[in-house]
Amino acid sequence: MATATLPPVQQLKQPDKGTVGIICLIMAESALFAIFVVAYLFYIGKSLNGPYPKDILEYPIWASICLLSSSATIVMAERALTRHRMGGFKIWWAITILLGAEFLRQTGIEWYRFIHNLHFTVGTNLFGTTFYMLVGLHASHVIVGLIFLLLVFGVTVSGFPIATQERRVKFLSWYWHFVDAVWIVVFTVVYVIGR
Amino acid sequence: MTKRFRRLLALTLSPAILAGLEERRVGNIFQTVATPGDAVRQSAILVLSIAAGIFLVVATVAAYAIFRFRRRPGDDLTEPPQVYGSTQIEIAWTVIPLLIVFVLIGVTARVVAGVQDHPIPKDAIHATVVGHQWWWEIRYPDYGFTTANELHVPVSEKPGETPTVLRLQSMDVIHSFWVPQLAGKTDVIPNRENVMWIDPRETGIYFGNCAEYCGTQHAGMLLKVIVHQKAEFEAWVASQQQVAAEDASAAAGRATFESLACVNCHAIRDTPAQAGHTGRGKFGPDLTHVASRLTLASGVITNTPEHLREWIRDPQVAKPGNFMPAMQLTEQQIKDVAAYLETLK
Amino acid sequence: MATLDYPLDRPIRRPREWSLSTLFYEWVATVDHKRLGIMYVMSSIVFLVVAGLMATVMRIQLAIPNNHFVAPDTFNRMFTMHGTTMVFLVGMPILAGFANYLVPLMIGTRDMAFPRLNAFGFWIFLFGGLLLYFSYLGGGGLSGAGTAPDVGWFAYSPLTGRAFSRGASTDYWILGILLTGVGSLASAINIIVTTLTMRCPGMTLARMPLFVWMMFLDSYLILVALPPLSACQIMLLADRFLGARFFDTQMGGSAVLWQHFFWFFGHPEVYILIFPGFACVSEIIPVFSRKPIFGRPAMVGAVVAIGFISLGVWAHHMFTVGMTSLSNTFFAASTLIIAIPTGIKLFNWIGTMWGGRIRLATPMLFCLGFLFQFLAAGLTGVMLGVASFDWQLSDSYFVVGHFHFVLVGALLFALFGGMYYWFPKVSGKCLNETLGKWHFWLFAIGFNVTFIPMHFAGFLGMPRRIYTYEAGRGWEIWNLISTIGVPIQIIATALFVANILWTYFKEKEVGDDPWDAWTLEWATTSPPPVYNFEAIPEVRSSRPLWDLKHPEDPDWKYER
Ligand code: HEA
Ligand code: HEA
Ligand code: HEC
Ligand code: CUA
Ligand SMILES: [Cu+2]
Repeated sequence: MATATLPPVQQLKQPDKGTVGIICLIMAESALFAIFVVAYLFYIGKSLNGPYPKDILEYPIWASICLLSSSATIVMAERALTRHRMGGFKIWWAITILLGAEFLRQTGIEWYRFIHNLHFTVGTNLFGTTFYMLVGLHASHVIVGLIFLLLVFGVTVSGFPIATQERRVKFLSWYWHFVDAVWIVVFTVVYVIGR
Repeated sequence: MTKRFRRLLALTLSPAILAGLEERRVGNIFQTVATPGDAVRQSAILVLSIAAGIFLVVATVAAYAIFRFRRRPGDDLTEPPQVYGSTQIEIAWTVIPLLIVFVLIGVTARVVAGVQDHPIPKDAIHATVVGHQWWWEIRYPDYGFTTANELHVPVSEKPGETPTVLRLQSMDVIHSFWVPQLAGKTDVIPNRENVMWIDPRETGIYFGNCAEYCGTQHAGMLLKVIVHQKAEFEAWVASQQQVAAEDASAAAGRATFESLACVNCHAIRDTPAQAGHTGRGKFGPDLTHVASRLTLASGVITNTPEHLREWIRDPQVAKPGNFMPAMQLTEQQIKDVAAYLETLK
Repeated sequence: MATLDYPLDRPIRRPREWSLSTLFYEWVATVDHKRLGIMYVMSSIVFLVVAGLMATVMRIQLAIPNNHFVAPDTFNRMFTMHGTTMVFLVGMPILAGFANYLVPLMIGTRDMAFPRLNAFGFWIFLFGGLLLYFSYLGGGGLSGAGTAPDVGWFAYSPLTGRAFSRGASTDYWILGILLTGVGSLASAINIIVTTLTMRCPGMTLARMPLFVWMMFLDSYLILVALPPLSACQIMLLADRFLGARFFDTQMGGSAVLWQHFFWFFGHPEVYILIFPGFACVSEIIPVFSRKPIFGRPAMVGAVVAIGFISLGVWAHHMFTVGMTSLSNTFFAASTLIIAIPTGIKLFNWIGTMWGGRIRLATPMLFCLGFLFQFLAAGLTGVMLGVASFDWQLSDSYFVVGHFHFVLVGALLFALFGGMYYWFPKVSGKCLNETLGKWHFWLFAIGFNVTFIPMHFAGFLGMPRRIYTYEAGRGWEIWNLISTIGVPIQIIATALFVANILWTYFKEKEVGDDPWDAWTLEWATTSPPPVYNFEAIPEVRSSRPLWDLKHPEDPDWKYER
């Protein structure tokens, strides 16, 4: 065989497995959310009976500030991790968790007001249906995110060398950013356009 | 005209009205007799020919390639010349289909606009067709009566002469109105009204089906369009506008009917059993002229006295799963009620 | 992450003696992509037979007018379960199976990117499938046996609402399919990641086998099209359990919205189903014509184009709902445009055969059957795509004819071809040729006898999903012929199963590369070892084994 004349094998630069995987996951999740968003937009103004969005919705400013700033704090945490400042990591990470939890608490308060005080539920009208399902779907993603954040926090404080898992922490933060980005869409659709 | 005379006229006419109408059972989509159907048929024949042409050409080439280049027993085992492709050929077999596709899109655009955006004639006859699980309610708002399962329309000697506009509504799930020889199907959707129109140019009885799966008896949701000469159509309208017959011989049956739960679901105009505000008498077909219909239960059985009795005895035999329960009547009651309904010509 | 991820160190328990624990380790605890691939394919063959038997019952019922072989509800459940099974429990897993087995071998690597996720995907799919079938037992308790879903495979609302679909059968449909959807999503992500990150040295995207390309694009389609299905199923669940109003027309909800959502998934889904067929054919035709695929870049471009355009044509399933003439025309146009890339593929396959030296072995025969039948099926698709024509054809037996031509005549034929082609890879033995030829010819005859007449019944106004029909409508003869074709298909399918068993126990081993093929899966032993390749191969062209076998005239001289 004329092995000598073989051209050199092209070495490939291939992306990291986890990176591609998490991007795929985010794509699939986006497609899922897209349908709920379309359903929301489609049913704006189609409810046969009240209450209507303008009657009861209030801008969740504080909640939005919490959630969006948690995107910044998780970046800070990551940065601390890459620089091996474990103290900084733990603090920023904890702040992120608190901000996420506060967001959920705000949602809880809003829902309590709607359901308990105003008797406005998922079955009241099309607004109720699309509102609870879209906001609820987002909230469920926040909950999943929080569970993972807590997990990381738990293992870190119990002494696990989290710095070895920098890559996984990065993916978690990407997911968290995604959840934030979805909130911007949900906020715009529900609280701005929908009113 | 007095009420009495009108009834007499209608009664003498009604047997004649349906006699001599040809049954068009086969819904061949290539034998259409109304403008919307014709438009579709013409484009369909064009598309079919194009498709057939493509099939012949491509299949012949493929068959030739297989035959010509097959390995024969005596062949040596060397490999054939390795050809990787050819840009010219690639372009050719992109552009030619592209041109064909343009033609097809053009045809589609024209026919779709022609049928859908055709102005609805002003002096048209209006009918509202309401789909129920598993029968059709047919209302003539301008004439003020309601019937079921058989849509009567006048013939149009010239295209569009006396068209009928159909407003399609549904009480429950999605159905679809399809009488192939008249027009393509249009879905009958709850919380939405679709409109279509037909102008059949030949008299006859045209058969169709509900064409969207709507539950257990989707198969038993048949449909007939009865196309009359104009005079006969008017006579039919006149006879339907009549109130229910008051035949002394049927008094027993009538009393039974009105005393039973039948009236919860069925209405008979101008009797105590007429439809009420609370939805009473609206769940099942209007029976004011039930005896004048060709079939019962949305075309599942022909309308004979015997079938009617069997239907009342147990509707689940002829049409399993339909929403009329067996009413557990005694044989005498069945006979009486059926006799009464028979008088409702 | 480096090679540590390969579960090389996880012992597959040898010696091969029969015991519960070896069985467990080999077939349950396994994360080997080849095992999982085989499991996927085997379970989908089982489902194929089950759903095929349902089809047989339906055909018996429809053979003559006014037949009383089964009750209306039974029939409605049959076509729902038949369609659902064929699409979600035959088509989807069989593609996952082929991709699982072959993609890592073809790109020269040792496993999928996420082996455990892979196993999870399979088991969740199987669980979803069994849950769906459990509805026959659990829908209304054993006594009310047979309360399987009866809403059709696309489950139009509001028929699926609480008001019109009582009991739990529709819930089984939703949950079963939701779960298999999770499985499909898992395997799609796996395939994408594997192809993008684990190709062996030298295997640029341009050199990747077409099979891998198509499975890759298929997975991309799954990724963007399947979540919408899950989304609208979640909405339906909310309607049914939480009292939500998404599809409640009494409360102003829209019945058409479900159709939009479903078909936004449903149309890409049909391409998801056919791509694996394309994938098999694109590997088999070159090898049996002894020529490289004609116009490789055009082939890849065409699938990419189909992958994108197919996201914008969904409403061609809704030409009769009363959209505006503008929307109807738009969706007709986008639908018809798909004919062009599809045509390119078809022509390139013919171009590959042209000037070749065609070996008419069984795998090739199935591919040729595919070519002609897909051509016919595509052209009936084009007729449906002409919106005005579709007003007549929609929901008629013409549509049933169309989609069985694509799903059986094209997809199933291609998959059978694939099974004949890769069986020696999996087992080391070639399926028996004589039985194979019988299988092919009987199946081709039976298939055409069954499904050609449906087109004519459609022309004569026969709607689909009817459990019976009255005499005199002109449909009797077509239905009778159609039914006559089924036993022929059954004999053919039985021959196939028999062939597998016969070959497995009786035939001789044929060596590693019986077809004299060119892609990497044939570069290792047949069957491949758990770790696939002793040394990770290196490639310099899209036909590495051709280069090896023809050092005097290798492909890399002609490819950049
Ligand atoms: C594997 C699955 C598969 C595939 C590949 C296709 C391919 C196509 N399908 Fe089909 N289809 C289904 C599966 C599939 N379909 C199913 C399951 C349904 C029914 C769902 C249900 O209701 O239950 C359906 C229903 C369906 C409908 C809706 C009918 C209705 O209910 O009213 C339409 C309408 O446009 C349609 C069109 C097409 C078209 C245009 C193609 C095109 O992709 C075909 C392209 C191919 C060719 C055209 C042939 C080759 C090309 C050439 C030789 C080039 C030259 C040709 C020209 C210039 C025209 N299909
Ligand atoms: C991949 C998809 C696929 C496949 C392969 C098939 C295969 C077949 N289908 Fe199906 N079909 C669908 C997908 C498919 N179908 C879909 C999506 C629908 C729409 C459902 C809906 O409306 O909701 C449908 C609907 C449908 C209908 C319309 C029902 C109706 O509208 O009323 C009919 C009617 O004849 C039918 C018939 C058949 C037949 C005869 C086969 C045959 O080809 C089957 C042949 C196979 C066998 C016969 C296997 C049996 C084998 C044996 C018994 C041998 C076993 C031996 C051993 C184990 C030793 N199908
Ligand atoms: C619970 C409601 C209900 C009650 C009570 C009921 N029906 Fe019906 N009936 C229906 C429905 C629904 C249909 C249409 C069935 C179909 O075609 O699917 C029908 C159909 C009929 C028809 C055929 C009408 C046609 O034009 O096709 C007749 C006749 C009839 N009913 C008579 C009776 C009589 C007599 C009684 C009482 C003894 C009765 N019904 C009680 C619901 C009811
Ligand atoms: Cu009504 Cu089908
Ligand atoms: Cu489609």
